[in-house]
Amino acid sequence: MKKTGAEIVIECLKREGVKHIFGYPGGVVLNIFDLLYDDKDLKLILTRHEQGAVHAADGYARATGKPGVVLVTSGPGATNTVTGIATAYMDSIPIIVFSGQVPTKLIGNDAFQEADIVGITRPCTKHNYLVKDVKDLARTIREAFYIATTGRPGPVLIDLPKDVTGDKTTFQWPEKITLRGYNPKYEGNKWMIKQAASLIQKSKKPVIIAGGGVISSNASKELKDLAEYTMIPVIMTLMGLGAFPGTHELCLGMPGMHGSYYANRTIQEADLLIAVGMRFDDRVTGRINDFAPHAKIIHIDIDPTSIRKNVRVDVPIVGDAKRVLKGILQVLKETEKKQWDAVRKAWLKQIDKWKKERPLTYEFDEEVIKPQYVVERLYEFTKGKAIISTEVGQNQMWAAQFFKFDKPRTFLTSGGLGTMGYGFPAAMGAQVAFPDKTVIDIAGDGSFQMNIQELATCVTYKLPVKIAILNNMYLGMVRQWQELFYGERYSYSYLDVVPDFVKVAEAYGAVGLRATKPSEVDDVIKEALKVKDKPVVMDFIVDWKEKVYPMVPAGAALDEMIFGEEKKKKEKKLRAVK
Amino acid sequence: MRHTISVLVENKFGVLARISSLFSGRGYNIESLSVGETIDPQISIMTIVTTGDDKIIEQITKQLNKLIDVIKVTDLTEIDHVEREMVLIKVAPKQEDKAEVLRLTEIFRGRVVDSSPRTYTVEITGDEKKISAFVELMRPFGIKEFVRTGKIAIAREGVKK
Ligand SMILES: Cc1ncc(C[n+]2csc(CCOP(=O)(O)OP(=O)(O)O)c2C)c(N)n1
Ligand SMILES: [Mg+2]
Repeated sequence: MKKTGAEIVIECLKREGVKHIFGYPGGVVLNIFDLLYDDKDLKLILTRHEQGAVHAADGYARATGKPGVVLVTSGPGATNTVTGIATAYMDSIPIIVFSGQVPTKLIGNDAFQEADIVGITRPCTKHNYLVKDVKDLARTIREAFYIATTGRPGPVLIDLPKDVTGDKTTFQWPEKITLRGYNPKYEGNKWMIKQAASLIQKSKKPVIIAGGGVISSNASKELKDLAEYTMIPVIMTLMGLGAFPGTHELCLGMPGMHGSYYANRTIQEADLLIAVGMRFDDRVTGRINDFAPHAKIIHIDIDPTSIRKNVRVDVPIVGDAKRVLKGILQVLKETEKKQWDAVRKAWLKQIDKWKKERPLTYEFDEEVIKPQYVVERLYEFTKGKAIISTEVGQNQMWAAQFFKFDKPRTFLTSGGLGTMGYGFPAAMGAQVAFPDKTVIDIAGDGSFQMNIQELATCVTYKLPVKIAILNNMYLGMVRQWQELFYGERYSYSYLDVVPDFVKVAEAYGAVGLRATKPSEVDDVIKEALKVKDKPVVMDFIVDWKEKVYPMVPAGAALDEMIFGEEKKKKEKKLRAVK
Repeated sequence: MRHTISVLVENKFGVLARISSLFSGRGYNIESLSVGETIDPQISIMTIVTTGDDKIIEQITKQLNKLIDVIKVTDLTEIDHVEREMVLIKVAPKQEDKAEVLRLTEIFRGRVVDSSPRTYTVEITGDEKKISAFVELMRPFGIKEFVRTGKIAIAREGVKK
């Protein structure tokens, strides 16, 4: 039976188990949109910007573990997806982007709405395709899903010229695909696994650092099993939050630039780092030459290029986090039995001392709302049941510091690219996947305005996404750097005109709420959580002077942290002198 | 250090762009690159000459391997191999130097592939040392034009990889 290219796209998506597409129409993709008009099984969520569509698909993928799908038109539609694709690429998120393209005969002619999107996205996709013949279409789509979701996951783009979606061919679903140039290695080397186990046996001061790879490999259980069996404390990178329970006694939170004192201290003192599914980003390591000076390093990653890219490694293990962690625990259980509690006692006691010495704190205020307080209250009201996304800036760091994530796939944040405007559409995507869950975007006033148009999408599809704006009237993180490192010269970081977010919400047909005093925070959250059929914007007018601490300045070592209290004391002294 | 890396790739359009954008995007250096089909027309082979310390070369080979269209990457530097490059040199010697140019060409087992009243075009094949030696010898006679293929290389048989 012959099918058109557009019919093949729809058929393949269904066979891949896709239920939702995020997209935006235009001339060259109308063949496909026409079929979606009365399709019962495939639902397209019409966003208000292509960037919103990609972030939504990304949020959908992070929250579910299934690939997100995007459909946009050629030229500007395609170029609008680039930030979203790069965001997914940096965080290894599986999405498939279908972009329309001008008819094959016109490619290269500077035709109307032509853009070389395959060229543009080459460095920010795991792989991409231009389909020139409808006969290649089914296999290409199958390959794209396979590549996006296996190995180290990532975005794949398929460029579809208009004539290819109109041409007919006999449809054939490739049951199996083999790519001779692509064979991800899942099983870790047995000898290396034994080496890792033996280092763990010998070490006195070990620590695990878990990254986003633990989440994409669904290895949370294996991580917990290993940590609990050997009594090794666990640090999670921003991307790893949720991989290990945030409320667990072995959890030390996040390392790096805005990590906890005790996490950073633990890394600097440790004699063994077990790095799983993380890639030693500069925000994590601080000055690389002084990172973990006493530690041997075991590095487990599915992507060989991550290993030895930034740090020296003693035991490299290329493989799937789940299988490797399981393998290590098995070896440990089979060899010498140890009283791990006793072995770890001194180390854990030391860490506990650091925890008490400098916990993550802030100063509560009766008059002005502290942004950290909002995050804490959101946590208290939703404990363990909500999916949280963030924008980028101070809001992102406070969310990471003060919200405790107990389950994987409940924290959606743009870690690698740091994309402002990511959080809201990502939350929307997660809400599409889980209509009954509470989904909250912890936002900044600057970032929210970058994809604020998606309020219309949420209203249209009755998506009750909650947006909690930590409104400081500033590009707060930029302001923080200018305050600390640029002599308080606040160059273009003040957002002179911030709209009345309550009115904006109402104008879109959403609910708008505001809190200006700490005493109003709970009521606003309670009110927001009641709403089940439309988005809610919570405008928290917070202390604009608040900064994210501790902080390891860019280029400093992890133990060269700045703390809030000391900074404040200095300020007071300065004032007295003046 | 300089490395000669041989890369088997799918013979598809866009593959060369993937490789070259990998090098430029990550700031790796390409000294020369040559591409051609293999006996299997679906597969091409690229020989890339690049420089970098061990860490960079390790990243280069890993990053190349990571590309979906790359089938196999071999760093020939580590194994016994044969390298060849071909150059075409157009020289314009003075009347009295012509005989010397021809003599040197013969010594280097080159061939004159074109001649005009004022110029000879000489073809030379060999490894890098031989070619640069020849180029240096020709320089005083006046090199008008000069093109080179870039290096191609193949592992010697019977050596363990
Ligand atoms: C698209 C984009 N542009 C610029 C930046 C640089 N940047 C990082 S944080 C930040 C300020 C964010 O302001 P806001 O959303 O209000 O968050 P706050 O820090 O105030 O919580 C900026 C401009 C970025 N991360 N992303
Ligand atoms: Mg702000």
